Order: sequence, then C-alpha cells, then structure tokens
Amino acid sequence: MIGFTPEELTAIALSLKVALVAAVASLPAGVACGWLLARREFPGKALFDALLLMPLVMPPVVTGYVLLILLGNQGVIGAWLREHLGVQFAFRWTGAALACAVMGFPLMVRAIRLSIEATDRRLEAAAATLGAPPWRVFWTITLPLAWPGLVAGMVLAFAKALGEFGATITFVSNIPGETQTLSSAIYGLLQVPGGEAGIWRLTAVAFAISLVALLVSEWLVRRQRLRNER
Amino acid sequence: MLSLDIELLRGEYRRQVRIEEQARVVALVGPSGAGKTSVLNAIAGLLRPVAGRIEIDGRVLFDAAARIDLPVHRRRIGYVFQDARLFPHLDVRANLRYGRHGDAARFSFDDIVGLLGIEGLLGRRPRHLSGGEAQRVAIGRALLSQPAILLFDEPLSALDRARREELIPYLQRVRDEVRLPMLYVSHREDEVRRIADAVHVVE
Repeated sequence: MIGFTPEELTAIALSLKVALVAAVASLPAGVACGWLLARREFPGKALFDALLLMPLVMPPVVTGYVLLILLGNQGVIGAWLREHLGVQFAFRWTGAALACAVMGFPLMVRAIRLSIEATDRRLEAAAATLGAPPWRVFWTITLPLAWPGLVAGMVLAFAKALGEFGATITFVSNIPGETQTLSSAIYGLLQVPGGEAGIWRLTAVAFAISLVALLVSEWLVRRQRLRNER
Repeated sequence: MLSLDIELLRGEYRRQVRIEEQARVVALVGPSGAGKTSVLNAIAGLLRPVAGRIEIDGRVLFDAAARIDLPVHRRRIGYVFQDARLFPHLDVRANLRYGRHGDAARFSFDDIVGLLGIEGLLGRRPRHLSGGEAQRVAIGRALLSQPAILLFDEPLSALDRARREELIPYLQRVRDEVRLPMLYVSHREDEVRRIADAVHVVE
C-alpha cells in the first residue's frame, strides 16, 4: 500500500479492532445503565451517575492507573482472573479495548439515556395495557424508538476509543503488534527523528476513519427515520 | 359487573371514588379535573390507589387490604386512549397484532378489521392516518388483545365535529357486537346518551 510500513498497518488494524470491540462490547452495559438512569429511581442514583461520569473528568492517566491497580497482573481482580479463568488484560489488546470502553462509556451512556428519556412513556404504558410484560415493552417499544441514540452512543464510543491514548498507554503500554494503536504509534513516531512521514500517513488515516464513522452513523440514523416515516 | 371503591391521591388531598354498576356500558361523566381519567388509569393499573378495591366481573384487580395489585399486563384491559397512542414504528397490521392477553381468541383479526372498516389501512404507518382512522385502529388493537373490559378515555375529544359523527357509529357497533363491559369517559352529554346504558357522575 501507499508507503505504509508493516508496523503502521498493524497499528491501524489494531486500532480498528480495539475501537470496534470496545464500542460493541460496552453496548449492553451502556443500554442497561442508560435505561436505569432514564427510567428508574433508586437510592444513590446521583452517586451512580457521578461514578459513571468519572472517566470523562478524571485525567486519563489516572483512569489507566486505576485499571492497572484493579486489573493488572498483580491487581486485586486481575490476579484472580488470571489465576482462575486464565484471563489477562494487562499488556494485551483486550486490555486496550477495555481501557477504551471505560473511557467511552460516559459518552455512550449519555447518548442512550437521552434517547430513552425522549421515548414516549405513554406508548410504553399502552403496550403494557395490551398485555406486554416489561421485558417485551422494552424490546419492542423502548429499544426500537431509542435506536438513534444507541447508534449515536456506539459511534461516540468508537470515536473516543480511536482517539484514546492516556488510559490505554498507562494500562497496557505501547507494544507494537499487541497494544500499539494509531494514537500510540503516532506518539511513538514523534519520539524518534525522521518519523514525520509516518506521522502524516497515520494522521490521514485517523482523519479518514473518523469521517467514515460519522457518515455511517448519520446514514444509519437517517435510514431508521425514513423507515419510521414511511 | 364493575365494583370499585378506591382512594386516589391527588396532589395534597385524597379523594374517594365509588362505582357500583350492573349495566354493561357505563359512562363516567363529570367536569374536567374531576379525576375521570384517574379512575380509568387506576383500573388499568397505571395509577396505584392509596387504598381500596377494584373488581370486574368477579375478578379482583386490586385490593389494598389483601395486598392484591395485578400488574398492568395481566389485567386484561382494553384501553382506548384519548390520543390513540399507536406505535409509530409499526404499521397498522403490526399495531393490531401487538396485543395479547392469554391464548383465548374471542375476536378474530378479520372480524375486528371488518367491524371497524380498517381493511384498507393495514399497510400504513400511524402518521399517515387521520385522527378518526387512528382511533378506529386503536379500538381494534384494544379488542384484539382479547380484553375482559374496554376502557375509553374521551376517544372523540381530539376530533372535529364531522369526524366525531363518523366515529360514533363504529363505537355503537363495537358496543352491540362485542358484548364486553365498557367504561366510557366523556364530558359530552350527546355522546354519552348515544353510547352508554348507565351514567355515573364523578364530582
């Protein structure tokens, strides 16, 4: 390909994989949290809401460090996972995806929460009177009507994951072929003389991916709206 | 048929509503703000009374003393709302097929569609229906959920005079042919006279 080094191609592919997995894997939890915040009152809701927002306001390095303490190989949860389930996040691409998912989660939950709040509760009440138990109301009424918010949430999470740097590099370091994403590859090239050409190539790719992601999400939302207006 | 004695919390104060009616089609009338819709919502389970008891045809839906409070989806209510509340992302056919209360199918799809004259609307989305058409579909949807009682909350109030006149014969057909208990909220006397067997006034 046009002058890309194998390392650069690896970083691009890894970035896409990490961002996609982060966005898709956090969707169920994002929908659950968005729904809880939009539709339920419970003690400690304000605290729950604030905790969910923490990755957005904390320095990313701190979030990465917290992940390292909890899920690193010596970490409280990490050591247990590794010993009993053979699962390891630290210094693996899965760890990069996890860090990206955590960083993008507040944005995803916010988008989903807003769209669920905007769906008409009177329609949910009507569905219940028609004999639909709560889970069926959720799957057949709430979720389809909140669909644009789900798409927006995934795109935001994907974009955030693509740009994530601080938490990822703190948690899983910058290992070419395993955890070196676009952002950390650009950062790596900045540290060595003569890396400008590579930086330009990767920057162009980051720009292109972000643009395509936005266009695809717009298209998905518009298609759904057209379908509803048919 | 309908036996209801409940206490509803409305803002600061409680109010008592008692209805004992043997008639099959009962109109609930009274000035706006009297809480007529609240009574329907309490029967449907969308609003919980602070105390009391609701029984329809010997079936207890709510009894505060006995700690009975059937969830909305098990009450077998056919609720026709003032604003139709059709599901915008589903076409008319899917709206009509949405409801299900148990397996016993007393009303068939084709019968109800014919009764309400909505054969030509089945493929349409709710946003392409007029107010009267939407209300007919909403009635069909409620009937096809196989309810034990029909609740109407001012189903004509969002329509202009001509549309109201168009819809009343359909309501009369539903009343005469489906033989279900009906509770009909309205504040228009002419409407009530043409539809209900008995009138209950909520002060």
